[in-house]
Amino acid sequence: MALTFTDRGIYCPTGDFYIDPWRPVERALITHGHADHARWGHMSYLCTDVAAPVIQHRLGDISVQTIGFGEQMDINGARVSFHPAGHVPGSAQIRVEVDGEVWVVSGDYKLQKDGLSEPFEPVRCHHFITECTFGLPVFTWAPSAQVIDEINAWWSANAAAGRSVILGAYGLGKAQRILANVDTSIGPILTHGAVEGTNGVLRGQGYDLPDTTLVTSETNRKAYPGALVIAPPSALGSAWARKFGQHETAFASGWMRMRGVRRRRAADRGFVMSDHVDWPELLCAVKETEAENIYPTHGYTDIFARYLNAHGWNANVVPTEFGGEQLDVDEADTTPESAA
Amino acid sequence: MKNFAALFTAVDQTTKTNRKVAALAEYLSSASETDRMWCIALFTGRRPKRAVTTTQLREWAAERAGIPLWLFEEAYPIVGDLAETIALVLPPAARKSDEDLSHWINFLRGLSNVEQEERRALIEDAWNQLGDVERFLFNKLITGGFRIGISQKLMTRALSQATGREEAEMAHRLMGTWSPETHTWLDLVEADTGADLSRPYPFYLAYQLDDPPEELGEPKEWRAEWKWDGIRGQVILRGGEHFVWSRGEELMTDRFPELARLKDFLPEGTVLDGEILAWRDGPLPFNTLQARIGRKNVPKKLLAEAPVALAAYDVLEWQGEDLRYAPFAERRAQLEALATDLPKDAPLHVPEQLSFDAWNTLKTMRAAAREAQAEGVMLKRATSPYLSGRKKGDWWKWKIDPLTIDAVMIYAQQGHGRRANLFTDFTFAVWKGNDLVPFTKAYSGLTDAEFREITTWVRKNTVQRFGPVRQVTAEHVFEIAFEGIHASPRHKSGVALRFPRVSRWRQDKPLAEANTYEDLLQMLETYG
Repeated sequence: MALTFTDRGIYCPTGDFYIDPWRPVERALITHGHADHARWGHMSYLCTDVAAPVIQHRLGDISVQTIGFGEQMDINGARVSFHPAGHVPGSAQIRVEVDGEVWVVSGDYKLQKDGLSEPFEPVRCHHFITECTFGLPVFTWAPSAQVIDEINAWWSANAAAGRSVILGAYGLGKAQRILANVDTSIGPILTHGAVEGTNGVLRGQGYDLPDTTLVTSETNRKAYPGALVIAPPSALGSAWARKFGQHETAFASGWMRMRGVRRRRAADRGFVMSDHVDWPELLCAVKETEAENIYPTHGYTDIFARYLNAHGWNANVVPTEFGGEQLDVDEADTTPESAA
Repeated sequence: MKNFAALFTAVDQTTKTNRKVAALAEYLSSASETDRMWCIALFTGRRPKRAVTTTQLREWAAERAGIPLWLFEEAYPIVGDLAETIALVLPPAARKSDEDLSHWINFLRGLSNVEQEERRALIEDAWNQLGDVERFLFNKLITGGFRIGISQKLMTRALSQATGREEAEMAHRLMGTWSPETHTWLDLVEADTGADLSRPYPFYLAYQLDDPPEELGEPKEWRAEWKWDGIRGQVILRGGEHFVWSRGEELMTDRFPELARLKDFLPEGTVLDGEILAWRDGPLPFNTLQARIGRKNVPKKLLAEAPVALAAYDVLEWQGEDLRYAPFAERRAQLEALATDLPKDAPLHVPEQLSFDAWNTLKTMRAAAREAQAEGVMLKRATSPYLSGRKKGDWWKWKIDPLTIDAVMIYAQQGHGRRANLFTDFTFAVWKGNDLVPFTKAYSGLTDAEFREITTWVRKNTVQRFGPVRQVTAEHVFEIAFEGIHASPRHKSGVALRFPRVSRWRQDKPLAEANTYEDLLQMLETYG
């Protein structure tokens, strides 16, 4: 087996490296910068050159080696390459080949184009390790442009009434996806520190993001009526948010597809927008790999594995500590201190 | 249906009551008369007769969605709502429809006259022309249970805004038996006569007393009585008939045939509020009444084993006159007067009030509530009118503290609906030697932050999976609160708890110090 599953994470015995491990290891290959995949404490990191700046920004002083998309690298006899996953800017699937046996680790991914992330590329393999955060047929996403239109309409209606809007979105990925696509003529855009940090890094890499104003303790938050405020989900309903005076709130998440979850979070609106595959995309991605062996890692794994097994695949659930899209946990703020 | 869907969306998309009321009032002022009537009917729990079984709906929806039925069945509990699950899995509609709410209700009523196969074709055709929200609402019309964030109170306020009439009057008019099929808008909100004989008054509900009773003021301004643990009911005697209503506005007349005898003792034009209790020379434990709940037809044997009576605590109408605005003390005197000289076996009792002249006296009495088969004390201001709905100030329920036991969490399951992505349903066990004996499931009681923490913990500490249920490492101790305990051969542990819920996470308590099975049996002995 080119890849095996250990209590530290996905491991390649030939190459002696781990992929997105959740305990400190010597050599870690990292699919993308979200906290449940890029953890602190490994001796060395390997990721794409595009993902590296954000990972360094988040994890601080770490030893990072980078690789270009599609570039081949030999690690102790294991052939390794990174391929676009379409999840967030720089995110990759990792392909590992040992003695002609090909494995692909999906990391988190989506097929929808978001105008910012490098579009997903299917990679043929024998063994496909896939996330299935939204692996149920109730999860289907509307076209990205339609959701952006809904956000624009909501923002402009509130702006017209003199109200600000606060949109809860992950600090890496979702926030920038929204920034890059909304109609900036509607009003000013303000950001929470957890979002702006990533913005700065991505702008430095040449990603085209509109102008934003960082909210600091000195900012007079009532001086921006009709503003769009982008903040991590945990900021909604907090003392931080209340200082904006009259405002409406919303979440942008795949979980907003379910009315119950939307209501539990008690936001005014929920926009169904995810950086993970929906059910049809998940099936499409699995087919395109042409793999026979599928390993769902996180999400509705048992149900998805049962479906695959009933439809001609050989599927086995692999328990991991990846979180997927977690509405109730802020993935972003894993600093060396908090992770240690 | 578009306007109705827009109304639903407006209400669903805001957490602010004023905006919900405004959206509803706007709809009630602008929609057609039949749409208005159906809107009120649906949001107050009335719906057209079900023409299709939910089993059929699931099968048809799964097939339309191109997924196996088992997969649909797996998704349903996660979403938590059948109508929504169907709406979510169906492929997008191919065309659009401009028909209104009344059209679709008539469409569903018409279904009972057509053959099965045609019924299916019609439903699928409807799905194929309705947008996402409309489709959800259409399914709701079939499956029923329109609980979508519009309370009776909210509807009453909106109706009052739309018509310019008093809220209290609107609340009363919406009660009881009426339907858009038999009543017009005029009948419902304006007509002065022809009100249904069976129409109940809106129930007055008490708030939980959390502050010390001393803050209520002088004891002499208050009246106290046991808070019974039965079924709240309103008994109406009018026009030679009797009607028994539940708080949920369900007509329960046939379920409690014993109460028919009230007509022999009380005059027409009498309406009583009270608690239906299992009763033999006094109130029996709730466990006895349990056998009667949900039974529409009561076999003779059960009537003998678990007879019921009304423990009345208020009179709302006497000799045809609405007494609700008279002070409670006066109503109470009237109640006691009408119940004097009743034969001992009459299905009506007016339990005595608890007399006290100091709050401390009442505290002592309250501590003994369990022995009286009561779950606490009710406090009513002597001058209080009988209001409608839950209002603060004059009526308070002062429950006894629940029983508690510290137990170990051994299984966890993901919640559904509002809590679909969190582990919220747990099974708890107590020690029996070195073994853990499961004895109850419990939900709720934790904060959102605690649910997040425990969810992360469960993911990392799963020992074994049984379908959706995860066995977890025995590590965490929780305090389980409950209202009662009784022997139950149906449960492995031999006991069943009443209203078990997690009251707190005992992160301070080591695993070994959780309670034992012996402790549980001791509680059964004492309180069972």
